[in-house]
Amino acid sequence: MTRTKQDIFQQLQKDLLLLQGFKIAQASNVIDIELGSIANAFPNGCFPTGAIHEFITTEKEHAAATSGFIGGLLSGLMKAGKACVWISRSRTLFPPSLKNFGVEPHQIIFIDVKNEKDMLWAMEESLKCEGLAAVIGEISEINFTTSRRLQLAVEKSRVTGLLLRHRPRSLNTIACIARWKIIPLPSETDDGMPGVGFPRWNVTLLKVRNGKPGSWKLEWSAGHFQHIYANIPAIQEEQIRKTG
Amino acid sequence: MAKRFVSIWFRDLITDWLILRKPAYSKLPFVFATPDRGRMIITASCQLTRAQGIHAGMAIADARALVPSLHVFDDTPGRSEKLLRGLAEYCIRYTPVAAIDLPDGIILDATGCAHLWGGERAYLTEINKRFKKAGYHVRMAMADTIGAAWAVARFGQVKAIIESGEHTNALLPLPAAALRLEPGIIARLQKLGLYQAGNFIRMPRPALRRRFGEALLLRIDQALGTEEEMIQPVQPPEIYQERLSCLDPIITATGIEIALNRLLNKLCSRLCQEEKGLRVAICKCYRVDGKIEQMEIGTGHASHNASHLFKLFENKIETIEPGLGIELFILEAPKVEDVPAWQQKLWSGSCGVEDTSLAELLDRLANKIGNGNIHRYLPDEHYWPERSIKLSTALHEKTATAWQTDRPRPAQLLSVPEPIEVTAPVPDYPPMLFRYKDKVHRIKKADGPERIEREWWLEEGPHRDYYHVEDEDGQRYWLFRSGHYSVDKKPRWFIHGFFA
Repeated sequence: MTRTKQDIFQQLQKDLLLLQGFKIAQASNVIDIELGSIANAFPNGCFPTGAIHEFITTEKEHAAATSGFIGGLLSGLMKAGKACVWISRSRTLFPPSLKNFGVEPHQIIFIDVKNEKDMLWAMEESLKCEGLAAVIGEISEINFTTSRRLQLAVEKSRVTGLLLRHRPRSLNTIACIARWKIIPLPSETDDGMPGVGFPRWNVTLLKVRNGKPGSWKLEWSAGHFQHIYANIPAIQEEQIRKTG
Repeated sequence: MAKRFVSIWFRDLITDWLILRKPAYSKLPFVFATPDRGRMIITASCQLTRAQGIHAGMAIADARALVPSLHVFDDTPGRSEKLLRGLAEYCIRYTPVAAIDLPDGIILDATGCAHLWGGERAYLTEINKRFKKAGYHVRMAMADTIGAAWAVARFGQVKAIIESGEHTNALLPLPAAALRLEPGIIARLQKLGLYQAGNFIRMPRPALRRRFGEALLLRIDQALGTEEEMIQPVQPPEIYQERLSCLDPIITATGIEIALNRLLNKLCSRLCQEEKGLRVAICKCYRVDGKIEQMEIGTGHASHNASHLFKLFENKIETIEPGLGIELFILEAPKVEDVPAWQQKLWSGSCGVEDTSLAELLDRLANKIGNGNIHRYLPDEHYWPERSIKLSTALHEKTATAWQTDRPRPAQLLSVPEPIEVTAPVPDYPPMLFRYKDKVHRIKKADGPERIEREWWLEEGPHRDYYHVEDEDGQRYWLFRSGHYSVDKKPRWFIHGFFA
């Protein structure tokens, strides 16, 4: 009896999503981004491409962690030699580092703009360009109306837009599908070996439209996102002074 | 189609020009002269003085003896060329290919032009009338070759229009000088009694070559049409050009848009047929008051996509000031390249850097924010972090070397390393803590050092010892010490980046 009830619930949820305009992606169009259980936080249980994602950062270190995480996402999006556009006003990203996250840095086109107006224009134009893997915009302030324009652009072109908002003045509501926050975590090495391990992050989904927000711990190793479930053991004193 | 050429000879080019400017001299004797070896030598004389026996090449002193009231003007070099150029540009209304023929003539390629004026006679009459009205004395002739037209214009006695194929016969009674020969050759011909072209034009070629050289044969061949002669048009015709003239002057942006759209459609359909694409396009708007407004666009790759090109122009329309109105639009494509005919894709899925839709997007961005603000990076063979990437010059450029992944590189790199205060156990150990922007970071984990030497052939300075460190919050940094430890100097530490 309970089984059937759950089935009915699930079916109803799916129908609701369809009514809200969330189409189940075609099997051929599915881009598999190996996010593991994070994908379950999204409607239909897969990472939504062709939408706007928002990344909030407050510190420089967090921005670095976020660009690493985005690199991981891009490696999935940019498969099959797709290109991507990175728009920014003051760029500090070091392209070769993306190679470690499985992205070909020469497939990214960097556009440096002078003011917010040009930024939004370039962002909208790029998002209208069908076939791009992703458009990344380092924009801190954006209002709801402008974000709607971007949303309308991606609805047509199905390009994924990623907004990097570094120290926004206010966390205003914008038309995005998810709001992420990535914070670096202390890395771990095998068997307590000295040195710095693979990058680890605490990935938080602050907001998901029609989904369940949550928080996960991820590590980027061997070209994949890997979930960390075990507690991180405390760092032993002797280890501190060791170097690799 | 048989070629037809018109040669126009300005008998009194400079003197006519002076009379035009100063009509008072039309009844006065005057000459142009230029200093030559301490004397003033006449370079051009007006009709009045010529009647009195004064001709070019005479010294002014001799001429003054004949006509005491002679007026003398200084001749500046290059004046006749300037005049002829202006006249040739005027002649573009009769044919697109007009060339100047120094020192005193113009040559028009009239192939396929005369019928527009109702035949060759009407064509020549019209040109003659125009120049006469303007005040120039001209003689002109039309023939199959430039040489024949030149000869008949200057020496012909019978008729100005030599029918197609008749030019050889027309040349026969003309003097040897009609073949545009050097004075030395003419003198030698006359010495042998060969006064008319008909006397020697059919002589065996080896005999002519032996006595008069290759130049005579070339001139004969050019006059007879067996050797092609090229002329340099004053305005090289733009190959890819479309014009749109308007009945009413256009003053609105909408009007300009419509005009542009029409021109682009015409030009692009032509380019498409010829499998070409334009790289640069210039739209010139001729205003009623004679000013020319123009806008220019450039594309990253050759394109014949009218809607894309229109989008590029769209941002520039506001820079056009129509004034009282625009009456003529001309669209030119000075730079055209081949576009291989790609088979149209049935569906477009992926979009790599070589894709046209991306190139079109970049064209739009480049036209708005400038081409210098669009970057793409390729790996470069340097370990020094700032030099490890180079800008790619073209969208299609491939990587010659692979991206390095064996060494950790930070996700964010500061363009200029920032100094930090560091506590480090000597020697060559990673720091225990560092202070960056008034915040103390205690280092828990570290990797390094990775020593990167400065490339001495590029610049001088100390090396860097890089450490990949992680603080107690799990934040990862790229620090380096500049140079070696030394007893008397404190080592300088810098932060250069942030790891993911």
